[in-house]
Amino acid sequence: MDFPFLCQTLLTLLPGVPLTLKLALSSVVLGVFLALLLALARLSGIRPLAWISRVYVFVFRSTPLLVQIFLIYYGLGQFPALRHSVLWPILREPYWCAVIALTLNTAAYGSEIIRGGLQSVPAGQIEAARACGMSRFQVFRRIVLPLAIRQALPGYGNEVILMVKATALASVITLMEVTGLAAKLISETYRAIEVFIVAGAIYLIINFVITRIIQALEHWLTPHLRSAPAPAVVEQGGPA
Amino acid sequence: MNEFGLLTVFSFGPGGWGPAMFKAAAMTIAVALTGFVFGAMVGALGAWAKIAGGRITRGIADGYTTVLRGIPDLLVIYLFYFGSSAVLTPIGRMFGATGFLSLPGFLAGALAIGIVSGAYHTEVFRGAYRSVSRGEIEAAVAIGMSRALVFRRIIVPLSLRFALPGLGNVWQLVLKESALISVTGLVEILRQAQIGAGSTRQPFTFFLAAAILYLVISSVSGWTLQRAEQRFTRGLRRV
Amino acid sequence: MNMLQSQNASLAPVAESVPAVRVSQLRKSYGALEVLKGVSLDAHDGDVVSILGSSGSGKSTMLRCINMLEVPNGGEIAIGGEVIRLKETRTGPQPADRLQVDRLRSRIGMVFQSFNLWSHMTILENVIEAPVHVQKRPKAECIEEARELLAKVGIADKADHYPAHLSGGQQQRAAIARALAQRPRVMLFDEPTSALDPELVGEVLRVMRALAEEGRTMLVVTHEMGFARDVSNKVVFLHKGVVEEEGSPDDVFGGSRSERFRQFLVR
Repeated sequence: MDFPFLCQTLLTLLPGVPLTLKLALSSVVLGVFLALLLALARLSGIRPLAWISRVYVFVFRSTPLLVQIFLIYYGLGQFPALRHSVLWPILREPYWCAVIALTLNTAAYGSEIIRGGLQSVPAGQIEAARACGMSRFQVFRRIVLPLAIRQALPGYGNEVILMVKATALASVITLMEVTGLAAKLISETYRAIEVFIVAGAIYLIINFVITRIIQALEHWLTPHLRSAPAPAVVEQGGPA
Repeated sequence: MNEFGLLTVFSFGPGGWGPAMFKAAAMTIAVALTGFVFGAMVGALGAWAKIAGGRITRGIADGYTTVLRGIPDLLVIYLFYFGSSAVLTPIGRMFGATGFLSLPGFLAGALAIGIVSGAYHTEVFRGAYRSVSRGEIEAAVAIGMSRALVFRRIIVPLSLRFALPGLGNVWQLVLKESALISVTGLVEILRQAQIGAGSTRQPFTFFLAAAILYLVISSVSGWTLQRAEQRFTRGLRRV
Repeated sequence: MNMLQSQNASLAPVAESVPAVRVSQLRKSYGALEVLKGVSLDAHDGDVVSILGSSGSGKSTMLRCINMLEVPNGGEIAIGGEVIRLKETRTGPQPADRLQVDRLRSRIGMVFQSFNLWSHMTILENVIEAPVHVQKRPKAECIEEARELLAKVGIADKADHYPAHLSGGQQQRAAIARALAQRPRVMLFDEPTSALDPELVGEVLRVMRALAEEGRTMLVVTHEMGFARDVSNKVVFLHKGVVEEEGSPDDVFGGSRSERFRQFLVR
């Protein structure tokens, strides 16, 4: 192994880390809100709303993220009306296009996770809340949502990791995050294996830290499960 | 430029992009299927290592699934596409070839997808093996079946049935992943859409067409897999 | 192989010659827990042996040692006079010759508490699996015989159903047919009625009683006292890994000498 080259590669790639994190963080945060809306629409019992949510999730989960990114970044420019609108300064920017595409995409997957969490809330606990006189909104805010969040957290943690991986696609629309820098370095040096090792290690470390943070969050949010004698071992599942 | 729409993209008439788009769709299916099959082989090996392997093989398999699930798939594709030249070029030199050698996009892409999806296949197969009831294996042992026979007659057919839903998920994943291979220049759906978008200046129309093609392939294969699942798991459902 | 011969042999019990199953000084422990502490038992051709005992007495373990589903730590198992050879390994005792074990197993029918029918095969496929794939007999012949066996246990009409679509009693009868299809020299029953709803127990016991009347050699771990008393010709009572009582049903149930056995009966 050529250690000086590995070190140099590391120094070249590290400046991409903030962009990778920024892309992942903003799309996950924005995506959660959209995901919650989609999940609520799906469970609202209002036919058209549920239907819209269904179609949205189906479309975004059945098409590749890269196609979605291209549709937004290259595709929208096809419409003169958009090019002359106030939105154009944003839609022209690869960064914002990447954030929008990642957000729309993660929202589709996230809404399914949140829906699962919401549906897992035992009917008895909702009844108990109703019985003590809470309004529908209160029941949702005080009982359903907190329980659902705890239930959905492990699945959502997985989704965050997937989003960190997905930010690599932003490199295809010229963004110089870790993968973008790596690709550039490979084309300059033709040393794909060494660059791959360093870039891969960076992603593994990021994801390891995120996994730990989520585990800590889970621990902090579920005191009622902590003292359980034999905590159920959750398999790191296959594809979600 | 003005009267151009989705119909033209899928049209087989003069000026239509239909033939090119459908050829690209066939390429997507071919490369995804190749990658999926390769991944299944890797996954079978990985599952075997995790189930029956010793400390070292198990460690390797665990490391493999952890790493592959933690790094972007695009990086893996770059590794195979550009990395192959780092390996192949010196080998080529030994045989007197000059210049750079690398794997063709199809092979590099299929291999990369295979390696990536192999990690998911591993977990699917392992989970499926675990759901085979100990009692059914014991009954096979008790009638005097050899280990190989127990594996072939009982464990494989039962685990495959349990694996079907998971394999369906992996297939959908692989199908979407295949779009990344466009970076190698292989003319599959997305690359063809880029070509069309470039030459007609209608990017939205072409990428929308690409999205529709993926949607159709994914829906049709999803439906087919569901039917297969219903067929093969007849005996496993309680009434 | 002399399948047919052995079949005939089991139908016509020969006097005190070689026992069909001989268990001698069997020991088995799991870690520090010794489950069997030197158990001996002979079953001759045509014997129906009921093995009784409370849970934890080691009765199922002993039965499972006979076809090496559990490998004993000491003692000896002989099937038809052939001793199963064992060897010591780092992880404990193992059969010395897998082929020998497979061969002997192919002539021992086993009926499990939880049926263990193969869920991906129809009932008929379950029944022909051993004769076709282990004993390598012609398939057509096996199918014909399987249908006869299914008729005999009263589920001829279920041949093409999957196990999941049958009641527990029907599944257990199918499992008995599957064991019979091996043309076994000995049949082992591991609490065959314990997983059944009470109303389904009768149909399985009736089939077992019919088999006993044919003169089949059977070792039955059971909680069914009626079966032990009326059908078997030998009763063994295990307690904490040793044989506490042994003899004809009349002797054991009649003038029961052991205090423990009386307590067991009362419970």
